[in-house]
Amino acid sequence: MPFWVAVITGVVLGSLARLAMLRTDYRQYPSYPHGYASHLALGVIAAFTGAAVVPAFIEKEFTAVTFLVLVAQQFREIRDLERRTLDRLEETQLVRRGAGYVEDIAKVFEARNYLTIFAAMTASTVAYLGAASEVMPWPAAALAGSTAGLGVVLYGKRGLDRRPVGAICRVREGRLHFRDTLLYVDDILIMEIGLAEGREAYERHGIGVVIEPKDDDARATLANLGQRQAIAHDTAAIMGLRKDIGTPEFTPLVRLDLETGRAAMAIVPVEQDVGPLLDAVRSVPVIEGARTRPLATKPGRRAAD
Amino acid sequence: MAQREGETIVAVVTLDPEKVRGGGAPVFVASGPEEREKIATYLSRIMDVQVHDLENGTYVLVRH
Repeated sequence: MPFWVAVITGVVLGSLARLAMLRTDYRQYPSYPHGYASHLALGVIAAFTGAAVVPAFIEKEFTAVTFLVLVAQQFREIRDLERRTLDRLEETQLVRRGAGYVEDIAKVFEARNYLTIFAAMTASTVAYLGAASEVMPWPAAALAGSTAGLGVVLYGKRGLDRRPVGAICRVREGRLHFRDTLLYVDDILIMEIGLAEGREAYERHGIGVVIEPKDDDARATLANLGQRQAIAHDTAAIMGLRKDIGTPEFTPLVRLDLETGRAAMAIVPVEQDVGPLLDAVRSVPVIEGARTRPLATKPGRRAAD
Repeated sequence: MAQREGETIVAVVTLDPEKVRGGGAPVFVASGPEEREKIATYLSRIMDVQVHDLENGTYVLVRH
């Protein structure tokens, strides 16, 4: 009896946790109904794995434990799977996510499955101990297990959540203009546009964004090419892009001002609203591969002042 | 990153063939600024390449 209380509590809690986490990343990886379904299926398997392992161990089912550990190994594959899918989709994007962002998304998917396993494991362990010790009836044990599992999910989710660009940088509109054929946002050079047609389109529809890092850590993050590509991709995905194939000059670029460490982006969005555009830039996640913390080192701190 | 690899000059469009030397990319000689703009636009759309103005009468078409 305690075995089943524990396993069912763990599976239900773990599956619900995975479902909740899928919802939150809808924007960063627009998962189609099928992608959604397959991740949910994997989540249920992960939940079952986590839920069964400790009760099986206590019941001395060592063969089962061995198999469950083997199953857990398979979840390493998820990162690879996501990376390959996203890599292939890059060909179909007008603005690429970039290798840094792809790697980041793949990592998030992997980590969330581990979190599911861990939450299910906690829930089932607590439920098992509660039901087996007979200090409480089994519904109370199931409830205690669920509470513990929920705590793990909330705690883990908070630890794993990424900060948005808006948290480490100030984002504001910049003045987009040309000096001869060179496109500038404020005084930051973006690119050279040879065709008069392209320059006219930028003058008519273009919006300039300036991203100012709040400290030296943010400056280092912003210098990362993967981070800048992620900003260009997400902003274009949210605001739309007046561009088709054959017009490479309308690919949004994020370029650095070497004097100050600020970055600037020029973009020709479909939606001509500055406010939402700035919000879109602010909401881009800081990708893990770009997170650098020079201020955590002694030379970095000394160089900062 | 793909953006930084293999940037190649696909074609050169110029008003002044004296200022272009060497091989690799085909050179299109235009007889006036309008024709240069037109050739460059066509090639850009056909080849999905960006037009850069060297501001000495020569456009280079670069694949980024």
